[in-house]
Amino acid sequence: MNAIYLAPFGIIEEDVLSTLEICLWQVYGFDIRRIPPLPDPSAALDVKNNQYNSSLVLKDLLKKIPKDAEKVLGITSRDLFIPMLSFVFGHAQLNGPAAIVSLARLHQDFYHLPENRELFLHRVMKEAIHEIGHTFGLIHCPDLNCAMSLSNAIQFVDKKNGELCNNCTILFEESTKHSRRENGMEMQQ
Amino acid sequence: MKKLWNIMVVDDEEVMRESLAAWLREDGYTVETAESGKEAIDKTKLKEYAIYFIDLKMPGGHDGIETMMEIRKIQPEASIIIVTAYATVDTAITAMKEGAQEYIVKPCNPEEISLLVSRIIKIKNLQRENSILRKKLTKQYSFCDIISKNPKMLEIFNLIKEVASLRSTVMIQGESGTGKELIARAIHYSGDRAGKPFVGVSCAALTESLLESELFGHEKGSFTGATGQKKGKFEMAEGGTIFLDEIGDISPKLQLNLLRILQERNFYRVGGTEQIDVDVRVIAATNRNLEDAVREGRFRDDLFYRLNVINIHLPSLRDRREDIPLLVHNFIEHIGPELGREVNDISEGALKILLNHNWPGNVRELENAVERAIVTCKTKVLMEDDFAFIISHSVEKKQWDIPSQLTLEEIENQAITATLHRTHGNIKEASSILGVDRSTLYDRIKKYNLPRN
Repeated sequence: MNAIYLAPFGIIEEDVLSTLEICLWQVYGFDIRRIPPLPDPSAALDVKNNQYNSSLVLKDLLKKIPKDAEKVLGITSRDLFIPMLSFVFGHAQLNGPAAIVSLARLHQDFYHLPENRELFLHRVMKEAIHEIGHTFGLIHCPDLNCAMSLSNAIQFVDKKNGELCNNCTILFEESTKHSRRENGMEMQQ
Repeated sequence: MKKLWNIMVVDDEEVMRESLAAWLREDGYTVETAESGKEAIDKTKLKEYAIYFIDLKMPGGHDGIETMMEIRKIQPEASIIIVTAYATVDTAITAMKEGAQEYIVKPCNPEEISLLVSRIIKIKNLQRENSILRKKLTKQYSFCDIISKNPKMLEIFNLIKEVASLRSTVMIQGESGTGKELIARAIHYSGDRAGKPFVGVSCAALTESLLESELFGHEKGSFTGATGQKKGKFEMAEGGTIFLDEIGDISPKLQLNLLRILQERNFYRVGGTEQIDVDVRVIAATNRNLEDAVREGRFRDDLFYRLNVINIHLPSLRDRREDIPLLVHNFIEHIGPELGREVNDISEGALKILLNHNWPGNVRELENAVERAIVTCKTKVLMEDDFAFIISHSVEKKQWDIPSQLTLEEIENQAITATLHRTHGNIKEASSILGVDRSTLYDRIKKYNLPRN
């Protein structure tokens, strides 16, 4: 049975990984597995800004996809950017196998506020659901409460819920009809 | 709605163009990329893109600004965003001057790009909605291919509906090019006779004897060259409508023949003895003042009253200027595809020129002007330059427009002033144009105290 793999770059806290295992399984219904921590993608590092170029990280991640992987979600503590944009919370291949999410801007202390672990984990969950959604072909949703709504600032991440709206759920079911049937899965809602 | 809009990302660096394209695709847009200005221009020739992100510095033939200028020639309505890593005031000014909608420095804040794109798309959606509404409006203001929202024209449309199924004759009066034949057709095709023939005859185009034969037909041998029997237009229009255009030009003899057919509903072919009964509705049209012709004895009053049972007076285009935008958009929509030209709009400046023109040739002249502009224009939008021929014509005309309520002396004064202006004060030339000798012209210049040029 195909699974969604979590691929941590370096050491990622256990509560982050276990939160992701639960929420991704609940939303997408695939088995969630982990691959051992990957080395830092140093070739993707922009030393000046201390950020990873997310396009290069994704390229790197594609080489490490297990055979039975439906999707792979890279997780990094470092901030991400794409060459055109100063930062991104995450980056995914639309309809592709890989996505990555950065934890850097999801911490309250990034905004010089007292750290709030529960809020942080909620944000991680939402962004992971969002990026994996893109790999299933979902695009940004106009419903600001839906996990697929566009977040280009932290307040938009906080506004949305950790689940897909009805429309995006239907679109996801349509796009995965074939592979879920092969896996003998029912939609988890 | 987003999928309706194509976006093009032009950058020689693969990672740059692909990452921006991927990010925009996640937002639901259809995105294509080009690695050079030339590739972008080639793709633009084949497909429409709503927004272009163009890198300012690209190697090869076209840099960002040159690429933008070429693209704007092909798709003037596209929104172009120039992207650069090294912003300078000079390049920003050049980019904006050459028509860039935005100038952004990479890397940008994602929120900035998102807002920028959604703002542009919002405007594009409004423009598209506007165009759809305009089409609906044209439909709303259209009656049997005649487009108008002018109150007088709307009254005429109502009158047409009322009289369409009657047999009464109709007289349509109006300047040349106001659409008299269209009105005649509208009457025919909205009434009970719609399934029967509509036959049009231009009475001014033929000599008296030819017109007589054309209208009533002739028998074999009735005149030299009449080698066989021929049916006339009245017979051909049996059960339907005959449209007699330029009725004011027919001879007294034909006026009498027409009177007879209107009174008796029958006629004889030229050279024939057999009486032919017809059931034909007559619609006549003229651009002349027939009342004056009747007063002066050039047109039979009894025929005039027979023809003038229902009178429709069509306003000139300058008296229904509010219709000009509707008509222009309708012409663009129809003439463009007929000529195989992809023109789909007109700029506000160009429309202003058309609104200010006097249109002596009315709707026909407007249609011809739009057609000429479509043929010569180089973009998808008709611009002011495409109507340069109207501007020069108007300027020339303006000098010779004589306002009403002037005395003969004032008119003479204006005519001499205008001629001197046109000839740059050349007395010999001016006197030749005005048809007076030089001494007379000098007298008048002195009398009216006119400057020489």
